[in-house]
Amino acid sequence: MTYFPEEVLEHIFDFLSSHLDRNAVSLVCKSWFRVERWSRRRVFIGNCYAVSPERLIARFPRVRALTLKGKPHFADFNLVPHDWGGFVSPWIEAMTKSYPGLEELRLKRMVVSDDSLELLSRSFPNFKSLVLVSCEGFTTDGLAAIAANCKHLLELDLQENEVDDSRGQWLSCFPDSCTSLVSLNFACLKGEVNLVALERLVARCPNLRSLRLNRSVNLDTLRKILMQAPQLVDLGTGSYVHHPNSEAYVKLINVVKSYKSVRSLSGFLEVAPRCLPSIYPICLNLTSLNLSYAPGIQSTQLIKLIHHCRNLQRLWILDCIGDKGLGVVASSCKELQELRVFPSDPHGVGNAAVTEEGLVAISMGCPKLHSLLYFCQQMTNAALITVAKNCPNFTRFRLCILDPKKPDPVTLQPLDEGFGAIVQSCKGLRRLSLSGLLTDRVFLYIGVYAEQLEMLSVAFAGEGDKGMLYVLNGCKNLRKLEIMDGPFGDVALLMDVGKYETMRSLWMSSCEVTLGGCKALASKMPMINVEIINENDQMEENPDDGMKVEKLYLYRTLDGSRRDAPDFVWTL
Amino acid sequence: MSPLLLGVGEEGQTDITLLASSASTDSICQNGSGLKERNYMGLSDCSSVDSSAVSSLSEEKKNNLNLKATELRLGLPGSQSPERDPEIFLMSSAKLDEKPLFPLLPSNDGFCPLSQKIVVSGNKRVFSDAMDGFSEVRSSVFTEGNWLFPTAGPDSETAQSVTQGKFPVSSGINVMLPSKPTPNSGVKSISLKENSGAQPATMKEIVPPKVLQERPRAANETSHNHRSAANNNSSAPAAKAQVVGWPPVRSFRKNTLAVTSRNNDEVDGKPGPGTLFIKVSMDGAPYLRKVDLRTYTAYQELSSALEKMFSCFTIGQCGSHGVPGKEILSESKLRDLLHGSEYVLTYEDKDGDWMLVGDVPWEMFIDSCKRMRIMKSSDAIGLVLTSGKRLTVNTALETPREQELASVNRKIAFRPAIQMGNNPWQGGKTQEGNQVKSREESGHLRTGGASRGLDAHLIM
Repeated sequence: MTYFPEEVLEHIFDFLSSHLDRNAVSLVCKSWFRVERWSRRRVFIGNCYAVSPERLIARFPRVRALTLKGKPHFADFNLVPHDWGGFVSPWIEAMTKSYPGLEELRLKRMVVSDDSLELLSRSFPNFKSLVLVSCEGFTTDGLAAIAANCKHLLELDLQENEVDDSRGQWLSCFPDSCTSLVSLNFACLKGEVNLVALERLVARCPNLRSLRLNRSVNLDTLRKILMQAPQLVDLGTGSYVHHPNSEAYVKLINVVKSYKSVRSLSGFLEVAPRCLPSIYPICLNLTSLNLSYAPGIQSTQLIKLIHHCRNLQRLWILDCIGDKGLGVVASSCKELQELRVFPSDPHGVGNAAVTEEGLVAISMGCPKLHSLLYFCQQMTNAALITVAKNCPNFTRFRLCILDPKKPDPVTLQPLDEGFGAIVQSCKGLRRLSLSGLLTDRVFLYIGVYAEQLEMLSVAFAGEGDKGMLYVLNGCKNLRKLEIMDGPFGDVALLMDVGKYETMRSLWMSSCEVTLGGCKALASKMPMINVEIINENDQMEENPDDGMKVEKLYLYRTLDGSRRDAPDFVWTL
Repeated sequence: MSPLLLGVGEEGQTDITLLASSASTDSICQNGSGLKERNYMGLSDCSSVDSSAVSSLSEEKKNNLNLKATELRLGLPGSQSPERDPEIFLMSSAKLDEKPLFPLLPSNDGFCPLSQKIVVSGNKRVFSDAMDGFSEVRSSVFTEGNWLFPTAGPDSETAQSVTQGKFPVSSGINVMLPSKPTPNSGVKSISLKENSGAQPATMKEIVPPKVLQERPRAANETSHNHRSAANNNSSAPAAKAQVVGWPPVRSFRKNTLAVTSRNNDEVDGKPGPGTLFIKVSMDGAPYLRKVDLRTYTAYQELSSALEKMFSCFTIGQCGSHGVPGKEILSESKLRDLLHGSEYVLTYEDKDGDWMLVGDVPWEMFIDSCKRMRIMKSSDAIGLVLTSGKRLTVNTALETPREQELASVNRKIAFRPAIQMGNNPWQGGKTQEGNQVKSREESGHLRTGGASRGLDAHLIM
């Protein structure tokens, strides 16, 4: 493999965008390893405790873009205590010395302090892009530092972060010299923003393509912004409330009418449904529509709106659309590839929820559908079998029946056969979430058929250890397995401990695993961190090995047990 | 929950007192969630419930007193008074289905002992019944069982067998899970097993919920099964809320939506985020209702919803029909009544003036309506004003001056309250064609048109 000079190899490697490909390339020979090492610009780390910052820097000395993930996925659903960890500060501190050329940082489920943001903003002169998803720990002060100090900022994207709003002036901190913004998303901020500063910022950024506002930005400001930025492709509105007869509203209609560039629309955090017809003129252009944060739009208005959106590829919506509305989606949106239906009442009772009827309609009307998240009231085996037949291209199939352990309401059978049909016909399935009444049989199907499955989420399913073993033995590509409330115990956990080295992580909460089992696993596998989350002092000083472990999180790591673990996290 | 539900509920009493012993276990469970709901309702509606709430409470008490009397009077064999042998209590509760267990979940706080004393409470029983009417039909597979159950029979022995016959659903699930059978065979085997009176088993089954009570996420298999059974019961929202991490919705999303939907009160089963709640009173009705105007898109929808809510009072016999299906009947009766112009629907606008509903375009109505009153039309005469003139809908109101004019105009305008199936503003049809005049003309009619308006009203 020495036919090419290293410069040529490096040039060729530049065309490999997937980090999986680059990983593979680096394994070919020492020379390729070396070339790849020096030319790697982007790194993805799926678990910030799997490797230390120092090791990253030693391995890839010239990284420009880093993606880091922190807490386990179930942290989204309040299953991980608040101060569990996932701090970004050691990473930023390490990178300040070694990566002066860092341009991009993407963080998910991490704890980000204002100090970290401040340090970030001052340490990397070419810093261009900050994306924070489901992060916490910072305030608008940190954002102000980013705004003020990152002179070449292209992208500031804040998605679903819990941000404390100390004051609303952070937007004013963008200096007048800041004209480079391409993407600005602050929809998750709760507080006021300086509307004048916002208008001026938008006006001086000619390359702005994506703008998502929070609910404090009113319709009148939106109109002014739209007039100044006719090039927006991705728009998230804030408050969309106005009197339909007012002057401002009529003006808005005229602005929107001539607004042809928008392809992606979201927001409507506050909405007066009668203002919605104003966006009908641009609906035909839309390929992406996210109304999942717009509970103010009722079913009838949603349906009218959807009628106009004939080119949608991605639709996120609340379940108040109803089965009838999904029928309209099915008949209108022939290009649909991704659908997410969220519960409008996530706290449980579920009044408006959709059912198998809507899903079947979608599967018949939208043959290109390949990604689904569907919160529903009920589901039948027959429906799932039909869906599997109609849409064999699913790569992500996440079904959540709001009542856990609910059987097929028609036959009262478990939903094993339905999910079995999904995994059998969707050969490319990479992500699967199960719900409803399920026996071990469904895991047998998954183990046998879901060859490409990378992530499996299980809740309230199965009958015993066998179920989990089917999955562990069967799914060759499994990277993440997360289980809540399952009957799986030590037998399943310990049967094939080698498997965990091929996986990123395993989460088990409210299962049958015991402390002794976890200890045995930890002693066998030094490269695996076995962490127990012991809240409420359920375990005393010298707990019995037979004691059930409430929450188990295990992951492979090169870094040994973590040093920042709080008291309630025990690393065995 | 609305007072109306209570109203409907009270009718159920007769059923309930007949339930006797076997039902009591069931009604305990209803109490757990039922009490909570009632409190919630009382809070949210406290200003409007007033007398009716009190009366329903006293009803409840009466019920409790009634209970024993009823039992004795009926002299049902095998019926089970509160101080009955606990073993039998346990047996029956486990056999009937899981329902008696789930109330233990939400009621960490003394609801349980309380409800055991109450044992039969028409209110609670009824509450779930009323909920059924208003909640999704879909979810009624289990609730149906719930509702039918009380009628199963007072005799506890027969009640059990009847239940098993009637509700393979819940009992099927109950036994199916722990014993890992194929679901098909589950039902039969249960009844056999349970009939043989396996006391130890039933005892065992009834223990875990207590564990659950202390630690909702107790990790043992039986408790899961119990929990699941509880959750299968759609009339138990409180039990569902106990499951940490479920449904798997990002907490950010939950919080955000919770902020937006300040008021989760519901009308016609629709959730009410971005709501606009308005109180509606009716002459002669003992309580007010709240409706969310945002859930309606036209006068027609609003009026039919109001009909449903208040029909019992126009019929004057609300006690006799609790079944939701019968509303159709009363609805049409109300329609007749309304057409016979016994009642008019009026509203108070932002300026404090009482107007007839339907006199302005729907959107404008939503903006200005502060509350509504269904008046006897005889009372409305003095109130409803003056002119028969007003603007047409299609007139665009662009300048503030025009809007002001419009608002004046609509106050002197007049319409019969509810025109069934015909939105006057969309159809462009009006009963009094002569009302639709030019804007210039109408601006000056406040006093001049008074007599004509009165005429029109009398015609109605």
